[in-house]
Amino acid sequence: MSRPGSGARRHGDPRNLISIGDLGPDVADGIEEVMRLTDSFVEVSERAIPKVPTLRGRTVVSLFFEDSTRTRLSFETAAKRLSADTMTFSVGTSSVKKGESLRDTVETIEAMGVDAIVVRHASSGVPRQVAQWAEASVINAGDGWHEHPTQALLDCYTIRQRAGGVAGKRIAIVGDVKHSRVARSDVGAFTALGAEVTLVAPPTLLPPSLDGWPVKVSHDLDSVLASTDVCYLLRMQRERMSEALVPSLREYTALYGLTARRADLLPEHALIMHPGPMNRGVEIAAEVAERQGAVIVDQVRNGVAVRMAVLFLLLGSGTEWGGESDR
Amino acid sequence: MAERERRLTPPYGGVFVARTRVMSADDMQRATWRMAHEIIERNHGLDGVVLIGLQTGGVPLAARLAEALRQIEGIEVPVGCLDVAFYRDDIGLRPVLPEAVTDIPGDLDGHTVVLVDDVLFTGRTIRAALDALTDYGRARAVQLAVMVDRGHRELPIRPDFVGKNLPTRRDEVVDVAADGVDLGEMVK
Repeated sequence: MSRPGSGARRHGDPRNLISIGDLGPDVADGIEEVMRLTDSFVEVSERAIPKVPTLRGRTVVSLFFEDSTRTRLSFETAAKRLSADTMTFSVGTSSVKKGESLRDTVETIEAMGVDAIVVRHASSGVPRQVAQWAEASVINAGDGWHEHPTQALLDCYTIRQRAGGVAGKRIAIVGDVKHSRVARSDVGAFTALGAEVTLVAPPTLLPPSLDGWPVKVSHDLDSVLASTDVCYLLRMQRERMSEALVPSLREYTALYGLTARRADLLPEHALIMHPGPMNRGVEIAAEVAERQGAVIVDQVRNGVAVRMAVLFLLLGSGTEWGGESDR
Repeated sequence: MAERERRLTPPYGGVFVARTRVMSADDMQRATWRMAHEIIERNHGLDGVVLIGLQTGGVPLAARLAEALRQIEGIEVPVGCLDVAFYRDDIGLRPVLPEAVTDIPGDLDGHTVVLVDDVLFTGRTIRAALDALTDYGRARAVQLAVMVDRGHRELPIRPDFVGKNLPTRRDEVVDVAADGVDLGEMVK
């Protein structure tokens, strides 16, 4: 299991966004750049006509091998607000059903002349592989247990917007870290920006090795909450329950769910975040998701502006991540 | 301000070296004052007038024009700023990034917009600004105020209010700062 943001911190990838580490030689600079640009796209999104002609004539295709509504819609909305053309490739209705290989699928899509491919796949590493075959920019919209970089960027933006910045914040990431690509990208992004991250989970839901992860670990949520600025709840992946990693959902909720009682332990200013889709009543109580500090809807809203920034930086700006170029 | 002129004018990058001072701070103040009078005269007052400075060089000039208008007419004119990065016609040809968030004061429907920029050169920034403005409403009229018109237009665009007409060579660079305007070159 690789360390979040590792490797790519050394190379960076100016053409693709597969992992948080692709955001340039200095990950923090790359994230700051995306956030600055997102400010401008938030302004665009608030207009009566929330659309700019920036990426006219460019084509963005979403290639989703795994179910998703919010991420796919968010990317497509972002592309449309930049005036790019969008195509959707959903596996259920495609030749993949007839046995077409991934490589042939990618080459077919490329032959149609696309500028960016947004990939989601159940297996880690598929977007990186697609990037090696494709001329177009590849954006990872979630691959297996590996990464989901645009989610981490919108999480950083939401924290910056609602709490004034990520640096120095004490962030607890609670739940199924082991199977979570969101957690991997978030740890990379939050720590790059100087936050203190604590993973809170039963041992069975933590990765087998946390060597090199710049995080603290706790198995006791109650003791962590009072000193937490951001409580980030991960989705309890019910489909993995067959692996018997937790005795029952009810026991998980009793120990690690953010119930109303636990939410009261959080400081007044604390933010409550969730990448969605929520299992209300499992990792988060229905009532807690509606509280003052819950910014789950802001996360979704910011997702569109952040993805506009990513598409613009990859396809339009002519600059590289962490832009040395002209600034 | 100097930074912007460098970024939008080839050769990109390098260091600006001033050769001639073409306007002093006093000259700029007088030109601003005259343009303020011309804006009032052209619009028969300031009813419905909105000043919009183009990022980044036009923003301080718009503020100075607004101050002059306040002193002359005693009216606070709304002032906004506009970044045209998303509307440029050279996206993909060279690095383009917005420098600041656009801030347009309210709906522009029925207002007279005075665009303010430091240097008018090819006219492509103004073309982009005109496109951007239509996304904020239908202005009754759009006028253009610039501190320096240096010629070399590539589009049918002309200014309404000019601080100084300055004949230049294409490869020269005009640098507008708070303390004056210099003509010089970029040195790599």
